[in-house]
Amino acid sequence: MNETVKSLSARLAAGSVSAVELAQDYLARIRAANPVLNAFVELNEERTLADARAADALRAEGRAGVLTGVPIAHKDIFCQTGWHARCGSKMLESFAAPYDATLIARSRDAGLVTLGRTNMDEFAMGSSNESSHYGPVRNPWAHDAVPGGSSGGSAAAVAAGLAPAASGTDTGGSIRQPAAFCGITGIKPTYGIVSRWGMIAYASSLDQGGPMAHTAEDCALLLNAFAGFDEGDSTSLQRPAEDYTRSLAAPLAGLKIGVPKEFFGEGMSDDVRAAVNAALATFRTLGASTVEVSLPRAGYAVPAYYVIAPAEASSNLSRFDGVRYGYRAPEYGDLADMYAKSRAQGFGEEVKRRILIGTYVLSHGYYDAYYLQAQKVRRLIADDYAAAFAQCDLIIGPTTPTVAYGLGEKTDDPLSMYLGDIYTTSVNLAGLPGMSIPCGFGAGGLPVGLQIVGNYFSEARMLGAAHQFQQATDWHLRRPKE
Amino acid sequence: MSLTDQEVRHIAKLARIELADAQLERTRSQLSSMLGLIEQLQSIDTTGVEPMAHATDLVLRLRDDAVTETDHRAAYQSVAPAVEDGLYLVPKVIE
Repeated sequence: MNETVKSLSARLAAGSVSAVELAQDYLARIRAANPVLNAFVELNEERTLADARAADALRAEGRAGVLTGVPIAHKDIFCQTGWHARCGSKMLESFAAPYDATLIARSRDAGLVTLGRTNMDEFAMGSSNESSHYGPVRNPWAHDAVPGGSSGGSAAAVAAGLAPAASGTDTGGSIRQPAAFCGITGIKPTYGIVSRWGMIAYASSLDQGGPMAHTAEDCALLLNAFAGFDEGDSTSLQRPAEDYTRSLAAPLAGLKIGVPKEFFGEGMSDDVRAAVNAALATFRTLGASTVEVSLPRAGYAVPAYYVIAPAEASSNLSRFDGVRYGYRAPEYGDLADMYAKSRAQGFGEEVKRRILIGTYVLSHGYYDAYYLQAQKVRRLIADDYAAAFAQCDLIIGPTTPTVAYGLGEKTDDPLSMYLGDIYTTSVNLAGLPGMSIPCGFGAGGLPVGLQIVGNYFSEARMLGAAHQFQQATDWHLRRPKE
Repeated sequence: MSLTDQEVRHIAKLARIELADAQLERTRSQLSSMLGLIEQLQSIDTTGVEPMAHATDLVLRLRDDAVTETDHRAAYQSVAPAVEDGLYLVPKVIE
């Protein structure tokens, strides 16, 4: 099954396959592969087929859109009626949301068929999917490697052909990094483009949902469905609707690509460097020019991120207190003891670590030194990007410093895992759109991701550049052995 | 920078997360190494820089002062650990 959203859409429109048949095909593949990959944490065949029948009925009435009947997997972070929303956590093991996230509602309105819910790092905190309470996901390219995180289940599902597309969320790289590790395409839009309503919050000023699929063209089609103003999200941007496919055919002649010299320094492995440099050469062949740019403060993005994100997380996750939803400890004394025990037992280690550090940086006496300083550095990082975009249209470099590492390799050293997000976190801090596309293979035959960062609201241009690259290369068509 | 046991216990108390004695040393050492990472920020001169709280310069929207929500109490309470007569149950806090 080597299908793209685009090709499935065409087959559905031509009547050569029905949504029910497609859903059954994918469910069969998931049943066969998931015991090993663990990409899905919940399947509900009845619901999936009900979605598919509804899509076929719409088509019979002549009311089908371009995505009607196309299957999708949703990250377990989005509230969705009829499904659990466990967010990778024991805390939400029994939680089933009583309402739909806006991204889910928009997917349903577009006629997408939910195949299941994908595994993820607990509360989206992690870069390897190993912090999930529901077990790690295996990388389809090498079963002893991590798929990346936090949207690791979504990335693995698409890479393994268990879903043609998936939703993801990205707070510091959680769409782009797993897309890179699994050899697929994913885009984190400009902050405020995709509603956060019903998306379980990690760090609200950074969180952004987006699509993951094989191709840039598929991501553009999906972003058309996901994006749009929403009253329910106070940071949702009121802008005219856009067609994100509008620049797919635009030639690259005249495109100025900025190459940030800081992203090619120490820490970047040779295999990633070679693949990224070859991709830049391809862009030049296609008519684009490259110019060196500098992001002098980008190196401080990881430390700034590990102040701001945990600070926001410590506040956001205070809602999990064993009272209104989620886990409650079986035994406790007074109210404070109930909170403390429920949270100690319901949260995993990584989540507790981030809540604790976030609590510390916000506490009396440390707020100015850590939190306020991090916010100032955040401004400087955003200023660096603004200066770079005065010289170029897009910024292109690596998504990650290395290809996927081994399962268990970094679990005892959280800091080394954090530093793997060195090229992605600055994009969230600035609020810019970023994407990752496959651009080659490195050590162990594992995929290398190319990161494309655009100025605010330049998603169509980024997707167009990525699409042109994918017309000239076949990295996005490679599939892991089954 | 290294945290003391007392500081770690204080943070855990503020965060309402019970910390067993057996976890104290591991937690202390991991939080200290995270602090080591974020200490790097101290080396940057940020004099006169306006803190950036958010990715976009948003102004909060106002809406008409009208009822827009309907009653979902039963649905929302269906996922609570303990409810009675439409109220969330917690341990007694007033003697």
